[in-house]
Amino acid sequence: MAYLSGKNIVAAYDQSVPILNNCSIEAEKGELAVIVGPNGAGKSTAMKVLLGMLKPSSGSVTLEGRDISGLSVQKRISLGLAFVPQTDNVFPTMTVQENLEMGAFLRTDDISQTLAEVYDLFPILHDRRNQLVGQLSGGQRQQAAFGRAMMTKPTIMLLDEPTAGVAPKVMDEIFGNILNLKKSGRAVLMVEQNARQALEIADKGFVLVSGCNEHTGTGKELLANPEVRRSFLGG
Amino acid sequence: MPELTDILNAIVLLLNFVFVPALSYGSQLALGALAVTLVYAILRFANFAQGDTMAFATVITILITWLLQRSGITFGFMPTALLALPFAIIACLAYILLMDKFVYDYYRQQNSKPITVVMASVGVMFVTGGLVRFILGPEHRVFADGARFIITAGEFKSMTGLAEGLAFKTSQFLTITIAILLVGFVFYFLQKTKTGKAMRAYADNQDLALLSGIDTDKIVRVTWILAAVLTTIAGVLYGLDKGFMANSYHQMLLPIFAAVIVGGIGSPMGAIVGGFVISFSELILTYAYKKFLIYLLPEVLQPDSLVQFLGTEYKFAVSFVILVIVLLLRPTGIFKGKVI
Repeated sequence: MAYLSGKNIVAAYDQSVPILNNCSIEAEKGELAVIVGPNGAGKSTAMKVLLGMLKPSSGSVTLEGRDISGLSVQKRISLGLAFVPQTDNVFPTMTVQENLEMGAFLRTDDISQTLAEVYDLFPILHDRRNQLVGQLSGGQRQQAAFGRAMMTKPTIMLLDEPTAGVAPKVMDEIFGNILNLKKSGRAVLMVEQNARQALEIADKGFVLVSGCNEHTGTGKELLANPEVRRSFLGG
Repeated sequence: MPELTDILNAIVLLLNFVFVPALSYGSQLALGALAVTLVYAILRFANFAQGDTMAFATVITILITWLLQRSGITFGFMPTALLALPFAIIACLAYILLMDKFVYDYYRQQNSKPITVVMASVGVMFVTGGLVRFILGPEHRVFADGARFIITAGEFKSMTGLAEGLAFKTSQFLTITIAILLVGFVFYFLQKTKTGKAMRAYADNQDLALLSGIDTDKIVRVTWILAAVLTTIAGVLYGLDKGFMANSYHQMLLPIFAAVIVGGIGSPMGAIVGGFVISFSELILTYAYKKFLIYLLPEVLQPDSLVQFLGTEYKFAVSFVILVIVLLLRPTGIFKGKVI
């Protein structure tokens, strides 16, 4: 069984038409899993269910085989999940260092080790540690957002469209950062609009269409699949 | 050319009637504005009950002061009210938490729009104002005791030999000292402590704060504690300076809101600066400069009129005008607060 797994999830906002229809998502340690699909396919909703921000009407979420479906967001975060939202993922009027400290808010032990780890992974954050995050560039801000999420020492990181609205050059940098996160032994699950680039680096891909798993496979398999190419990758 | 003593007299005149009173009134406004801005940043509504809650806290202080005076306890040359202050802060906090539990908490759970909560706070304002008048009535009451002055005008004149005196009231001295200490403490708390940083994080990005495990209930409670301390002290200092009257506290709401918006709503530094902008504008525009000009101008140019831009009864207009100008030209205020 996978490290984090959502099985046969059905979920809706306000008892309306379900956004997710029997959707299953998995992520393994040391691997990058990517959810792609057209707008409105339920990609972000799937992530919200895994995090506990939205209660599914059926289906289950397990972490290391343990059922965590009934747990609150905070509880899941303390168990090792971390989330980087698509927008508003930093505290703009606080310094880089304060942002990281806030990420570690729930921890009572010494955080200096984790802080050093984050600065090691993102050296630019160390240079800018006393600057307000609101004054950083888009790419640096995204690094601060990753750093904040890493402060709980998560075993799995969920990223919601990390490259939305950034320049192509910065996009490569962010994908590089994501590969680093994966190499450090964590599981990484991300929702991504730039399907082609994402699948190129993904170990596993989930193609969602109207809330259902349309295709599942390794990144390479999906890229090679003519149907996926035609419908989502523009030929 | 006017002589040196004339220039000195003119300066002392302004210091005595404009600068020192503005500094002390500005400190009182700044403390009240700081409470409003903190509540706005965390709880996301403009608290209309601020002025009347200040009145409520002052009423409690007056009652305890009377009790202490009756049992023969005073505080030397300092006002007895200072001894009553800690108890009044606790009472004010209890009252605020009660209002939070029975009024604001409901709207928080409902995730109501800010305007709904603002209207609820108007309700709290009327209830509190009624309670204040019910307990102590609408009259003007002076509750300052101890030495009235640190330096009287007469003492200053005999010390310097000038014709004009610079008086420094005990209440003014207390206001400025306590305001500096309190503001210093609040800023230290917000910048350096874990809870203070969590408050700023919560104000900055509520959803991300929740994702980071910051506890809303605790943040709300700490915010009300800070607000209660600031509110009580602002109210008591104002009362020691000018005497207590329910209506004048109620009317303080306008200059306080003006201070908050001028400074930038949600910005603590803005609230402090805004308080002084309002107080100095009020006093500079309502002071009669006749005597000042007589010292400085040759006899032919000396004015017959009072040379007053506005009558003191129009002082609230100053807050209004500044408010309108700021909202038109720079709606985020001096320190880039939020736009309502």
